[in-house]
Amino acid sequence: MTSGIGSGARRMPLSNFGAWVGVAPFFIFALMFLIVPTVSLLIGAFQDHDGAFTFDNILRLGQASIRNSYLLSIEVSLASAVFGALFGLALALAVVRGGLPGWLRPTLMTFSGVASNFAGVPLAFAFIATLGRMGFVTVLLKSLVGLDLYAVGFNIFTFTGLTLTYLYFQIPLMILVVTPALDGMKREWNEAASMLGASQAQYWRMVALPVLWPSILGASLLLFANAFGAIATAYALTGPSLNIVPILLYAQIRGDVLHDPNLGYALALGMLMITGLSNLAYILLRARSERWLK
Amino acid sequence: MKRGSLGAWLAIVLGVIYFLAPLIATFEFSLRLKRGEYSFEAYRLVFASGDFQASFLYSATIALATIVIGIALVVPTAYWVQLRLPKLRGIVEFITLLPLVIPAIVLVFGYIRLYDSSSILPLTGSVTGTNILLTLGYVGLAMPYMYRSVDTGLRAIDVRTLTEAAESQGANWPTILFKVILPNIRSAILSGAFLTFAIVIGEFTFASLLNRPAFGPYLQLIGASRAYEPAALAVMAFAITWACMGLIQLLGRGARGAIDTR
Repeated sequence: MTSGIGSGARRMPLSNFGAWVGVAPFFIFALMFLIVPTVSLLIGAFQDHDGAFTFDNILRLGQASIRNSYLLSIEVSLASAVFGALFGLALALAVVRGGLPGWLRPTLMTFSGVASNFAGVPLAFAFIATLGRMGFVTVLLKSLVGLDLYAVGFNIFTFTGLTLTYLYFQIPLMILVVTPALDGMKREWNEAASMLGASQAQYWRMVALPVLWPSILGASLLLFANAFGAIATAYALTGPSLNIVPILLYAQIRGDVLHDPNLGYALALGMLMITGLSNLAYILLRARSERWLK
Repeated sequence: MKRGSLGAWLAIVLGVIYFLAPLIATFEFSLRLKRGEYSFEAYRLVFASGDFQASFLYSATIALATIVIGIALVVPTAYWVQLRLPKLRGIVEFITLLPLVIPAIVLVFGYIRLYDSSSILPLTGSVTGTNILLTLGYVGLAMPYMYRSVDTGLRAIDVRTLTEAAESQGANWPTILFKVILPNIRSAILSGAFLTFAIVIGEFTFASLLNRPAFGPYLQLIGASRAYEPAALAVMAFAITWACMGLIQLLGRGARGAIDTR
């Protein structure tokens, strides 16, 4: 980039020192408001009350109440990631490969951009208005087909309700992440396969899926991390009744419900490990998928 | 492609039902405040409420401050990385993605531990300090979007030639950044700004745990105490998100048009 013809003659007066000064505020900001705050929690997770090193906090994450929180969080995130990935993939495939009218694709993409950002408290309100006890769909189903959702055990303030609500931003996120990968699938591969006598099922099993699976798995992990860190939707929907990890951590920051700040730091460390590893796996899988899908 | 069409239509129809039903339902619900008739009474009550006005104004102000600081931080960084320090690209991109990896609740917990009233920099000890901390926290949250937007904008123009042309006319680097680079990536910056606004306006976790009277905590409070107003607020929040995204789409189209006609 720096070795263009004549670039030596038109040497800029500003040295690289000036450029370093130009980017310094960014690095100072990153240290003060992203890196040091996070690292300080990680250190706190390995300290006791007097600041001495200990593994005790980490070990105490295994106590029943905290372990159940992690399990519940993982279950909700996993369910919303798996279903979000499946339905998102189906919708993306429909507009990329389904031979549908051309305007559907940009419409779906724009809507996905909106819906993937429509999370938090208002999303919880929308689902209460839809599937709450007095919600539009609940009432409609009861009066039209005589199906009383709440009589058959459905409740918006539970695991199922929360998962169904999370899908509203998970499916669009999947669509946005996986569509470029589907675009990278070359039509010639399908044609070549069928010319060699492969059926459509064989094409998917032996060509498409082996190329696509890193993208699909990677996107699913991104969805998993996305759901795992989310709190506002769950808090507004279920209040403190559904004890997922972010809500437990929220209560801990608010009122030290664990009666031990250092245990709180360990709780945060656990969350960060899970979201960090999921994201790392996503990045590695994406790099792998880029071998084929340019 | 005829084979796939039935399945494709099925997916689209199911998707439309799932994504439109909550919107229709929320709108219908928001009109139900008066018994026996549809009315905009819930909206009227919301708009008339002093808490709504104050919290919305507070969050809008914080959002504007976030946008200004975010631009001031991201544009020079992306510019220098592109022009002079390409070897920093990897690390800068990694840092800008951190807020997507670190959950917001973990980040704010870190702030509360690091900047409490007994620390060297006791930001949470005063109202002004907490407002600053909240704004800078939001700059971090919006960083992935702002950086990607600005970086894409810079890649689309010829930064090197523009800089060299300006320098040959005797411009110094603040002039180059503000008078040459900034106007050329205006639509990219505005895209980042609208996305930032959409993220910040209803944000709950930071504002709630830093005890600031923002729109997100107000929404949560109304949700816990009222029946129909939350639906009206959800409709409004969706409209705001939609407006921000719509403007970004429009800007994107404008930018592409500008490049094509050059």
